[in-house]
Amino acid sequence: MSKLHRTPLRDFHAAHGARLVDFAGWEMPVQYRSILEEHKAVRRAAGLFDVSHMGEVDVRGPEAGKFLNYLVTNDVAKLYPGRVLYSPMCYPSGGVVDDLLVTMRGPDDYFLCINAGNVAKDLAWIREQSSPFAVTITDRSDDYALLAVQGPRAAEIVQSLTGAKLGLVQYYHVTEGTVAGIHCLISRTGYTGEDGFELYHAAGDAVALAETVLAAGAPRGLELAGLGARDSLRLEAGYPLYGHEITQDISPLTAGLGWTVKLDKGADFIGRDALVAEKKNGAVKKVVFFKTGDRRIVRAETPVLGAKGAIFGRVLSGTLSPLLNESIGSALVTVAAASEALVVDIRGTKLNLHLVKPPFVELKKAPQ
Amino acid sequence: MSNVPMNLRYAKSHEWLKIEADGTATVGISDYAQSSLGDITFVQLPKVGTVLKAGEVFGVVESVKAASDLYAPVAGTVMAINAALDGAPETLNTAPYEGGWMLKLTLSNPSETTTLLAAAAYEQLLG
Repeated sequence: MSKLHRTPLRDFHAAHGARLVDFAGWEMPVQYRSILEEHKAVRRAAGLFDVSHMGEVDVRGPEAGKFLNYLVTNDVAKLYPGRVLYSPMCYPSGGVVDDLLVTMRGPDDYFLCINAGNVAKDLAWIREQSSPFAVTITDRSDDYALLAVQGPRAAEIVQSLTGAKLGLVQYYHVTEGTVAGIHCLISRTGYTGEDGFELYHAAGDAVALAETVLAAGAPRGLELAGLGARDSLRLEAGYPLYGHEITQDISPLTAGLGWTVKLDKGADFIGRDALVAEKKNGAVKKVVFFKTGDRRIVRAETPVLGAKGAIFGRVLSGTLSPLLNESIGSALVTVAAASEALVVDIRGTKLNLHLVKPPFVELKKAPQ
Repeated sequence: MSNVPMNLRYAKSHEWLKIEADGTATVGISDYAQSSLGDITFVQLPKVGTVLKAGEVFGVVESVKAASDLYAPVAGTVMAINAALDGAPETLNTAPYEGGWMLKLTLSNPSETTTLLAAAAYEQLLG
């Protein structure tokens, strides 16, 4: 695995017994002890995730806000310093380039967090689109490490290490401060459906910060959690993952992310015409979420069938919900099929898909 | 690293087989197999009475990561299955050689067990 990128915590993970795998070209911990146990620890107390593989981008300049409002589908004009926004970024077709967090750090100063597997593609796209605007785009991905502390006890754990008043930092807001003496951008965001913080900090400080958070958190039930638990937590929460629920071919409207597409925000944006048309004409397909009442996992790309065996779509994501103790997932199906009985064939056993509106479990935090 | 009990025989496909005093055999998957699979979430076993050929697929073990076929190490008839794994497949992770047993077989040809690997040879296979 010598050609894989490594986060500053690669040896920390190995020393803590992680199973390291190739994820989007990064050598990352998929699990330490058990995906299911790490998942439950996050829902019960807290988990510490290394997500330093994510990309960070500075967007600065007198037209930074105007440019970003053209680049993404959500309304960047609503931001104020310290406010974070989730948004897809679309192609003119309405398909998704990536989904990202936009943080307004100050006037004319924005900070993006983008998916690890999309960094090169996103930067090329963002730079290309930015040419008519007075903005400077800077890739900061190598400068930052990112630790996520997630779970009902996350605030208590992080608060024990910082003088910043976390009670004043609302969900989807940031503050700057030191955590364990290390300067951090402290963001009350996450990808688990729990309360929690994402701590952006200098790459060279990552090991010290991880050790200190682990030591402070372990007596409070915090466990190291890998990408396996991160994926099952996000699916249980009903959050999309780029490449699964949203892709170049699955628009945010098809994916059920209409709340992130502000067609009437008073500014044109890339993909708007296509998304207006999709909304007006109605989409052909839609992303649905299902549970099965069975423990067999319904894996991505499994065909979704009608009662008589016709193919109505395909599975996008599937896992076992550790809390529900049954398999759950998402699928892309024709809109007409979404009101019919849907089944999948798992090694000769037919499982009925029971469509549900996510989240699958009660979340402590609404998606803002 | 992996636990490889001396008193068992092993298939290259990572099932173990224990010859019982009455000449029947118990079958499961090795510690290496459960560890490679990770969190085991589902086990599918054959019906009692199923006649298996050596190397035949007798079931499926599924983890968060993937589903894998299970292979009969030798020929035999299924006398019993471990139904407790249905509700508690994680037993395969915690106790692959005890509570995680899968099948009890009446062997079609008891001498066939000599084709399986002894513990030392299986350890060597794992490297």
